[in-house]
Amino acid sequence: MRARMPDAVRDSSADPDARREAAEHRFAAEQERVRRAISVATPFISVAIAVLVGSLVILAAGKDPVAAFSAMFRGSFGGVRQIGETLLRATPLVFTGLAVAYGFRSGLFNIGAEGQLFMGGMAAAWVGVMVAGLPWAVSVPVILVAAGLAGAAWAFLPALMKARIGAHEVITTMMFSYIGRYLVSWIIAGPFKDKGAIPQTPMLPGTSQLPRLSDVFTFIEPNRAHLGIVLGVIAAFVVWWILKYTVLGFEARAVGFNPTAAQTGGISVAATTVKSLCISGTLAGLAGAVEVMGVHHRLFDQFSSGFGFTGIAVALLAKNNPIGVIAAAVLFGALSAGAGTMQLDADVSQKVISIIQGVIIFLVGAEMIVTWAVGRLRDRKGGDDAAQ
Amino acid sequence: MTADPGPVVCDLPETGPSPDPVLELRHITKRFPGVLANDDVSIAVAPGEVLALLGENGAGKSTLMNVAYGLLAPDAGEVLVDGRVVSVRAPRDAIALGIGMVHQHFMLVEPLTVTENIVLGGEPTSAFGVIDRDVARRRVVELSDRYGLKVEPDARVRDLSVGRQQRVEILKALYRDARILILDEPTAVLTPQEVNELFDIVRELVSEGLAVVIITHKLEEVMAFSDRIVVMRAGRVVGETVPSACDEQSLARMMVGRDVVLRVEKSPHQPGSPLLEVMNLSVLDDRKLPAVRDVSLVVRAGEVVGIAGVDGNGQRELVEAIMGLRRPTQGTITLKGRDITHDNPRRTIAAGVSHVPEDRHRRGLVLDFDLVENVALGDHRRPPFSRYGILDRAKLEQEARRRIAEYDVRTPDEHVAAANLSGGNQQKLVLARELGRDPDVLIAAQPTRGLDVGAIEFVHRRILAERDCGKGVLLVSMELEEVMSLSDRILVMYEGRVVAEFEGGAVTEEELGVFMTGGGRPGAEALGSEGTDA
Repeated sequence: MRARMPDAVRDSSADPDARREAAEHRFAAEQERVRRAISVATPFISVAIAVLVGSLVILAAGKDPVAAFSAMFRGSFGGVRQIGETLLRATPLVFTGLAVAYGFRSGLFNIGAEGQLFMGGMAAAWVGVMVAGLPWAVSVPVILVAAGLAGAAWAFLPALMKARIGAHEVITTMMFSYIGRYLVSWIIAGPFKDKGAIPQTPMLPGTSQLPRLSDVFTFIEPNRAHLGIVLGVIAAFVVWWILKYTVLGFEARAVGFNPTAAQTGGISVAATTVKSLCISGTLAGLAGAVEVMGVHHRLFDQFSSGFGFTGIAVALLAKNNPIGVIAAAVLFGALSAGAGTMQLDADVSQKVISIIQGVIIFLVGAEMIVTWAVGRLRDRKGGDDAAQ
Repeated sequence: MTADPGPVVCDLPETGPSPDPVLELRHITKRFPGVLANDDVSIAVAPGEVLALLGENGAGKSTLMNVAYGLLAPDAGEVLVDGRVVSVRAPRDAIALGIGMVHQHFMLVEPLTVTENIVLGGEPTSAFGVIDRDVARRRVVELSDRYGLKVEPDARVRDLSVGRQQRVEILKALYRDARILILDEPTAVLTPQEVNELFDIVRELVSEGLAVVIITHKLEEVMAFSDRIVVMRAGRVVGETVPSACDEQSLARMMVGRDVVLRVEKSPHQPGSPLLEVMNLSVLDDRKLPAVRDVSLVVRAGEVVGIAGVDGNGQRELVEAIMGLRRPTQGTITLKGRDITHDNPRRTIAAGVSHVPEDRHRRGLVLDFDLVENVALGDHRRPPFSRYGILDRAKLEQEARRRIAEYDVRTPDEHVAAANLSGGNQQKLVLARELGRDPDVLIAAQPTRGLDVGAIEFVHRRILAERDCGKGVLLVSMELEEVMSLSDRILVMYEGRVVAEFEGGAVTEEELGVFMTGGGRPGAEALGSEGTDA
């Protein structure tokens, strides 16, 4: 069935090639919209399926999944204290997630964010003690800058090796991660050990700490969330801005998508690689700093529960979108914060959380499958339309 | 709703389907996302006949033949062999039915010998499944003698010239008892001499009773050696004719759907001062072997200098060295008297050299970037596109829209990814960026590769427009016709050296072909195309 068109319109579309081209453009635009919609939907679908799989596991263990997940939700969002706990755990993940995402956008897999985080934490713990006596407004920025530089420095050598001799960053950042990790272990057990038997650094003075949100904004009920989460949100927007509005980010993305075309367009791939990995390292270093300054106020061996590695999962779930990283970090923070309540109230092992995390990562990684499946469904539908 | 028969632009006598076709495709429809690649297409080919399937890129020729060969499943329609409906679900089925196909990009295992490649998948075996090499070799020699396809059975495929590799592909099909041979753009990679040899081979094959389908968009070839011509456009058959009943102009009109200027109109050659000067340049390739050897050339204002040559004779390395993408080992490159030999790509671009790379997907565009960002690439560090490291997105979008309009890039809007454009529009986008920055010199490498007639016309006009407003153009192309019709001067590159120079219009394709294949003097055709297995 065809509606009558005004004559002028019909004249302009009389040429079959023009009509065909117009149809193709509409179809291409439609495809693009679908592709974007799928891209946005995948993380949500992945989380939903992961919860489903987790439920099946809980059922198989003879427990009640509804009780388990409601306990988990209570433990992570059930009140101000719980929300604070979720944000506390999300804070380092925002930074490591941004670190890994920035690397990915430039075509680099910074798998060694954990090591850069340790170096940043170390710098914060050390400089934080050094600047004792300075006012808060001076010492905190100084510590953050020092920690960022330390993280960048720890990424610089792998970056240089990649740029100069093509050594793959997955190997080198990983190796540097171990070196950094154990270097810090040695420092806190020897040269910079606090008094007492425990290998840890001295306590930061109050002016070097990131205060709790509830201490700054006294109308908020007391909870453990600290200013680091605000810094994390700011960092996410800065990274988004860098990627979209600066030459630095433009070149990073060009190299990430197509280094050959970037080079042809006058971009130095080597220089961009070094810059991008150092920015990634800076963000990872800041993760260590906020954790030291906001939570423990000192550095010890176990101060990071693998935030650098969880950051990879956060970046993947966020599809390397800096703003998405905030949401993904909060989700992972919530899973972590609610796990204890789930075990206590519903008698379901915390390990279920690991299963859920694993399934999320698997499904996000398998986006191609989803895209393909949806594409097939649409093809079939399109074929039916044409047949009518 | 009844099927729209489609516009018949053809005013030529239509010939009926051949009697007793060996292969027939009936009412084939194949849909890809966004494109109706084949829309109710029917063709037939008889034994002893050369059928040319003529059409622009994207007209649906290859799709149709891939359906016949079992590489694609049609959405509707049927395939008939010897008048019986057959099911061709995979190339395996096609081969069993006697259909052979030689793809544009050869499917050969380069380290293996000619014989090994030909028998691959159908190896004669003796006891315990051991390959009987003597039998294999004997069969290859038999086939090669029977059809006049000279090959060295023991040579390694990687050592063969492209023309010889193509023969191996044809023999592969014949070894599997093909009665129907489909050749996809068989002349795209051949020198003029090799093209003539191929035509002799095809003649020999049809005289032996084979049916041959040749997919092509080259009009002169269609006229020269096909028995029947089927023209496709936009997924449909728009006409069917025989060479004696049409001419190139009428075929082009059918193919494109409008009148086409086949010969490029060009104003007289009025060279100005030298712009780009290359002196004694030597460059290594990726394997650190000499690729460009002591090359000197000058591009003056207001002229197109064409470089003719078979792919892989140093053209790519020469262009990359000029653009600063590859470090020369010797020699100098100057632009308007200023030494740019050691400038990096950014400085070379800024100095006034634009580059249309031969591979627009790999080098020309960031396919995941949208049109705006692709237009910015290369100028993104300079005002007005950026200041103090901050991009001016509004300016960028404004400029992108302007250039998209000026260069007639057909796109829904400027924010779609470049990957979503057709090949012709992608190339227009590259031109919009490279010419839009108003360079002194344009290096155009294979600027029309893979484009359809309309887009080629556009690119050629733009290149000549640059020349006419006093720019210098260095054109590198494997398409001899392109080099000959655009260039004011033609240099021939062979094994990294400039082996000949001609005034444009003062040389024939055959003469160029001789130099391109290492022959010394015009008239020494016998030396041409012997390749490395001679």
